[in-house]
Amino acid sequence: MTHPTYLTDAQAEAFGKELDAIRDEVKASLGAKDAAYIHRMIRIQRGLEVAGRASLFAGVLPPFWLAGTAMLSVAKILENMEVGHNIMHGQWDWMKDPKIHSTSWEWDTACPADQWKHSHNYMHHTYTNVVGMDRDVGYGILRMSAHQDWRVWNLGQPVYNALLAGLFQYGVALHDVEFDRVLEGKKSWRDAWTRLKAVGRKTSRQALKDYVLFPLLAGPFFLYVFSGNVVANFVRNLWAYMIIFCGHFPDGAHTFKAEEIENEIRGRWYLRQLLGSCNIEGGKIFHIMSGNLSHQIEHHIFPDLPSNRYAEVAPRVREICERYGLPYNSGSLARQFGTTTWRVLRLSLPGGSSLEPQAVLA
Amino acid sequence: MSFHNAASTRRSTSAERAAASPWMRAVSALTYPLSPGDFIDSLLPHTPRAARGRVEHIERNGLDAATITLRCPRGWHGHQAGQFINVGVDIDGVRHTRCYSISSAPERDDGCFTITVKAIDNGRVSNHLVDNLMQGDVVLLGEPTGEFVLPTELPQKLLLIAAGSGITPVISMLESLQAKDRIGDIVVIHSAPSPEAMIFGSELEQMAQRHAGLTLHRFYTQHTGESRHAGEHRGRFAPAKLSRLCPDWQDRQVWACGPDALLQSLEQQFDTAGIADHLHVERFRPALRAAVPGEVKEAQVQFSRSAVSATGNGAQSLLELAEASGLSPEHGCRMGICHGCTTTLKAGCVRDMRNGEVFNEEGDLVQICVCAPVGDVDLEL
Ligand SMILES: Cc1cc2nc3c(=O)[nH]c(=O)nc-3n(C[C@H](O)[C@H](O)[C@H](O)COP(=O)(O)OP(=O)(O)OC[C@H]3O[C@@H](n4cnc5c(N)ncnc54)[C@H](O)[C@@H]3O)c2cc1C
Repeated sequence: MTHPTYLTDAQAEAFGKELDAIRDEVKASLGAKDAAYIHRMIRIQRGLEVAGRASLFAGVLPPFWLAGTAMLSVAKILENMEVGHNIMHGQWDWMKDPKIHSTSWEWDTACPADQWKHSHNYMHHTYTNVVGMDRDVGYGILRMSAHQDWRVWNLGQPVYNALLAGLFQYGVALHDVEFDRVLEGKKSWRDAWTRLKAVGRKTSRQALKDYVLFPLLAGPFFLYVFSGNVVANFVRNLWAYMIIFCGHFPDGAHTFKAEEIENEIRGRWYLRQLLGSCNIEGGKIFHIMSGNLSHQIEHHIFPDLPSNRYAEVAPRVREICERYGLPYNSGSLARQFGTTTWRVLRLSLPGGSSLEPQAVLA
Repeated sequence: MSFHNAASTRRSTSAERAAASPWMRAVSALTYPLSPGDFIDSLLPHTPRAARGRVEHIERNGLDAATITLRCPRGWHGHQAGQFINVGVDIDGVRHTRCYSISSAPERDDGCFTITVKAIDNGRVSNHLVDNLMQGDVVLLGEPTGEFVLPTELPQKLLLIAAGSGITPVISMLESLQAKDRIGDIVVIHSAPSPEAMIFGSELEQMAQRHAGLTLHRFYTQHTGESRHAGEHRGRFAPAKLSRLCPDWQDRQVWACGPDALLQSLEQQFDTAGIADHLHVERFRPALRAAVPGEVKEAQVQFSRSAVSATGNGAQSLLELAEASGLSPEHGCRMGICHGCTTTLKAGCVRDMRNGEVFNEEGDLVQICVCAPVGDVDLEL
């Protein structure tokens, strides 16, 4: 049992209540400043996208190609992370703006929003780090926990991992199709096919825009615009992969077995979010570029609080954890990504139970 | 009466689509998954756009009201005198939408129209519009709607009755008739607390001076000073006074807009006289926003799309209630984190059981797994 079992149910509930109080306080204080934040983020993102694409049209000149590709990469990262991911979580639903709402947002990536909301908002955030339930534990192709049985094809894990990082948007898009579960007979082909068709439609429109229409508009400079888009999507893939894998797999992150969450009370759900999530330390711009997923712990405890507030609640969450004697996994990007990559490599071989942290005992 | 609200403007309004040129539609393949308009809204917010109007001018009107001049949105098809429009504004970061009658005539030809808003006690949107709105701000606009309009075949004799801000659709009708030079035999009755508080008081007076056929009666309900002119009265207008003010009222077609009590007594009187069809009314205060009950006992919940109703108790979530009634709404986490169960509130009042937050505006999107009814509720489910 990897849960900190020394907390009684009553203590776990008290822990949860303290977190609830933070949530209520922040919710009650949301206002024009927060709304201005997301509007500004969206404006910056769209401005960078327009500027980046315009610059790529002059991509025959290397500085323009570089600047354009850089701006487009940043725009795509911002759109997917600080803007899209967070809006689809319902973080901005309180504004009642039909255009900035979890029910209507569609993002600039291969995965259709409604499938993402199912696999991510529901499955991943509810069953965080529970092996067999949270599909982010390995995306159905990687062995990310010693609780997962080792199979001989896990030997190829370093290669699959590199492919997943480079093609991350497609990995995410195929997330909810769940091929592995279809093969195991746990999901019907028909269901998978319906989802796959939706992914196909979304992917083709994305590809049409980035790889056909914009390059064609550039006429003789087709290749410059095309390559700029390829690189921007690739950079976004790598960045998103890195931030997301650092959220739950650095050294010290707990994974759980399904039987551990039977009859889980709300306080223990909070506990599991804490133990399964890891923060990355960095500056303001880094936090924004990571969609504030660098505050993964706060994001998992309060998935629908606006991301611009995570930084201010983080010290308070940390203080509560200290009082309850709970670990709070926070480290530099190098430490978090380094240990995550080590986990990928180590678990391609059998065993690896030493990677699983010990139960946090008093 | 039909309402467009925040929820029905979810994607793009039909006005926006109608205004989208074929060129814009082609461009949307380049802006996918956004629309070209999304980029314009963010980067060039002052570009004239469908469903958005720039505030050109604001002028006090009476003591606690203001007439706001708005630039017509792109694709504007005009309005009929008497119609209203949905106006959306963000207050403290939250979008609110309310209806306002258009107070200018359709004949106005400078590309603008006006609404006239009276600030009511504790009124969120009305106070914001009257006090905080500034020239250059942009508000969201629906399309003009409403049946409170004069027929093209104008009746011989008209009686127009208004009280408070209820004069707004009436002034539009009068301005329109004046512009078309069709003011014949019209009696206008308007009430306000005092001459200073009367909205469009002086405009009406000037009109009455200009047109012999227009008879004006003004009632001042809290005014103690002397009446200055004929047609000025102290006290409250009541339908019983019609026989004295306007002896031929039964021969007239009547348009009335004001507080519910006034409209009800008019309806009664016209009913009794057997001429209910002469009376046309506009209510500014439809049973729209449910009151927040102090104490929750039983609540009737209507799942309108499924045509199922059930009785809730304020402690059971709407999702559980729906399931207990044999429905299986879409949902995910059942604990309020995934937003997979979000449903549109059509009417009534619900409370988020986690923090007590109340939702009672038509079109609110509520998480049914953590919200319980605290009054009768109608859900789009
Ligand atoms: C078809 C139509 C046309 C309208 N045209 C106009 C117009 O031309 N000019 C104008 O000023 N208003 C008009 N209204 C009313 C307007 O839509 C708002 O209801 C009003 O401005 C109050 O909104 P609020 O946000 O300020 O008040 P809220 O914050 O919604 O309500 C505050 C309090 O006031 C009560 N309340 C709500 N509405 C009214 C009301 N109309 N009268 C008295 N109390 C109320 C509420 O129950 C609540 O207790 C119209 C309404 C309709 C339905």
